[in-house]
Amino acid sequence: MSNSLKFRSMLVLACLLLSFFAIAPTLMQSSLPQWWTDTFSPIQLGLDLQGGMHLVLGVDVDKAVESRIDTIIDQTEAQLREKDIIFKRLERRQGDRLVVMVYDEAEGAKVDALMADEYPSLEPETFSGNGGYIEKHFRLSNQEIENIKDYAVRQALETLRNRVDQFGVSEPTLQRQSGNRILIQLPGVEDPERAIALLGKTARLEFKMVDETANLQDAVAGKLPVGTQLLYERNVNKSTGATTEKPLVVIDKTVLTGDLLSDANVRIDTRFNEPYVSIEFNSVGAKRFDQITASNVGKRMAIVLDDTVYSAPVIRERIAGGSAQISGSFTSQEATDLAIVLRAGSLPAPVKIMENRTVGPSLGHDSIAKGIKSIWVGAALVVLAMIIYYQLSGIVAVIALVLNLIFITAMLSMFGATLTLPGLAGIVLTVGMAVDANVLIFERIREEVRLGRAPKLALESGYAKAFMTIIDANLTTLLAALVLFQFGTGPVRGFAVTLSIGIIASLFTAIFVSRVVFDIFLKGRDVKRLSI
Amino acid sequence: MQLIKPDTNIDFIGKRKIALFVSIAVILIGLASLVVKGGPNYGIDFAGGTLVQVQFAQPTDASAIKKALSDLELGSLVVQTFGDNQNEFLIRVEQTTGELQGLAQQIQKTLDTTYAKGDVDIRRVEMVGPQVGKDLRGKGLKAIFYAMIGLLAYISWRFEFRFAVGAIVALVHDVMITLGVFSLFGKEIDLPIIAAFLAIIGYSLNDTIIVYDRIRENLGKHHKESFPFIVNRSINETLSRTLLTSGTTLMVVLALFILGGGVIHNFAFAMLIGILVGTYSSIFVASPVLIFWQKKKDARSK
Repeated sequence: MSNSLKFRSMLVLACLLLSFFAIAPTLMQSSLPQWWTDTFSPIQLGLDLQGGMHLVLGVDVDKAVESRIDTIIDQTEAQLREKDIIFKRLERRQGDRLVVMVYDEAEGAKVDALMADEYPSLEPETFSGNGGYIEKHFRLSNQEIENIKDYAVRQALETLRNRVDQFGVSEPTLQRQSGNRILIQLPGVEDPERAIALLGKTARLEFKMVDETANLQDAVAGKLPVGTQLLYERNVNKSTGATTEKPLVVIDKTVLTGDLLSDANVRIDTRFNEPYVSIEFNSVGAKRFDQITASNVGKRMAIVLDDTVYSAPVIRERIAGGSAQISGSFTSQEATDLAIVLRAGSLPAPVKIMENRTVGPSLGHDSIAKGIKSIWVGAALVVLAMIIYYQLSGIVAVIALVLNLIFITAMLSMFGATLTLPGLAGIVLTVGMAVDANVLIFERIREEVRLGRAPKLALESGYAKAFMTIIDANLTTLLAALVLFQFGTGPVRGFAVTLSIGIIASLFTAIFVSRVVFDIFLKGRDVKRLSI
Repeated sequence: MQLIKPDTNIDFIGKRKIALFVSIAVILIGLASLVVKGGPNYGIDFAGGTLVQVQFAQPTDASAIKKALSDLELGSLVVQTFGDNQNEFLIRVEQTTGELQGLAQQIQKTLDTTYAKGDVDIRRVEMVGPQVGKDLRGKGLKAIFYAMIGLLAYISWRFEFRFAVGAIVALVHDVMITLGVFSLFGKEIDLPIIAAFLAIIGYSLNDTIIVYDRIRENLGKHHKESFPFIVNRSINETLSRTLLTSGTTLMVVLALFILGGGVIHNFAFAMLIGILVGTYSSIFVASPVLIFWQKKKDARSK
């Protein structure tokens, strides 16, 4: 009997010791040796407590499918010309197919043969179109479309990770969510606007030749020559900071894209003391840049980022070596961010913000302070009630409660759980409910005492009889908490975690620890009456 | 100290008709409020929208902020004071934008020009797109549904099916009343409120099971007594525990309600209502349902 008590006390002490080890890094991180903080990391605070940004970005995967079709169209057009196949037009339709319009069956058969050769995965279909044309449709298979979408999201995640890494946030989280969503968490981010601008930019860099022959007035009015498009050149007035946009007609076909970049850096233009971004092409890009500049001397080339023209310099001479510069009256911050996104690569498709929750650090601190205050005040009230109601036995319950709080904190640290504001509320709630098990036991003991049992016997059967009731009652709450964990997101999950941990800890302290305390008090003493 | 004398025998079961009337009345009032207001008042988590929490260095008021923002043409714009700080406001807009230059930024810029720069501190921004809102709503309802199924299964296994029915009736009762009270007070249903609902379900069940457990025990002990008598006796025997636990839990939730700050205020409010209703329902709803079920069964077997 006393052996068992010794063992049980040792177990409680061991748990307590382990808990102190686990909690220490949270309370005094800096003054502890490395191995200690490596074993038990400090409790992680959720974004709602430490401040930070929670973003859900949706990748516009349909755009990725469209751009895949566009690429096939570009390549096919070149091949059709190469093989002297006569066709009227090539176009993308319904977002998932390309259509080649031909004049007669013979040319149609050639198109079919070429496509079957080059793109066997496309599903061909033939229609007779208006005006006697034959329309050859080539549709991406559903499987292919799924693959393109999936790849787009994966690549977007990769690109975003690169950007976040260069942005310099400690412990960011990037996760692919169901479908085409990407979750990004940036704890303690100081400039949320800049983060959004940096992450959300598609950063599709294109070089296009300017069409000098086009009439700008007509273009703005909507009358564009075939094969050209209207873009706007951005200009920032240095003194006023106002942005103006100048229309510019460029040839549709992109001569070079940012995919062929190898590096991008910020430099300062010494003449105007203005930052610009210097870019380096890889070997393929450098070769192509060389060719393009060689054959277009004297013409203007537009540097287009996400459909905005940053500059359109005149090509004065052939440029070998594969480096160029993007200038465009940047602030140094803008230039830095542009270099980051160019280095990190472009997004395969545009992204949209689907969810944004940003909490400033001051609000987070307020929340922590208020949450902890509520825990203390709540706990103090409970302590008072228990001692008034159950006297000395109440003190036993209070000891169990204090240990309960210690264990909860320790388990949060051990499981690497994240503490959120609802999580703090969960702890507060547990404080109220934790004493319930002790109340149940004490009420049973009182009943046993009234039936005339001796103190130790009453204690024994009180604990025994209350046991299953407590298990049943707590398991149901635990069940609710687990469902919540399964379906909840973010902060709500934090609530489910602390509630679950709280229930488990309180079962241990209320049933096991409180019994040990009782037994230690009663050991070797002949108690006539329980203070309960 | 004792709140309830050991030989207390209050006739709870005898008052079940009054309780039934009270419960139905309260639920109907809540439902009426829900109907009048066209459904629950969803917060931005479920309805989608943009919410900006702003703290001003100088005293100002809601109408002045509204006026400052009128140029933005934000559609339905709600500005209300937040928490116990006089200069803190919540600005809520139904509109959302997936664009990079977010509404919050526009709001900040506009406020900066109206008020002195540095006087405006944006402390929290939440933007939930309509699609995400719909998903979250689906998830929340699913969570409550699955929790109920799981609990029904657990109680059926540990007790009997009729106990499970009683417990679920009590749960639905609690959630409906809390929902009704939320509607009456014009409070918003947000993600943390779903968490509160599940906590209420857990808590109310906790209470109910303790009474049921005693009924089960007493059924074995007193064969001769009538079922309603045993139920009433069981409620009385567990009464002091019920009151004490509800009391302590209520105290901490009250602490949270008063001291926890604005962000957690509605959560604490839901818990407060839930604990009161949950305690009431374990005595006046869950147990009478058992008797009702028993009587039906007896009538059928005759």
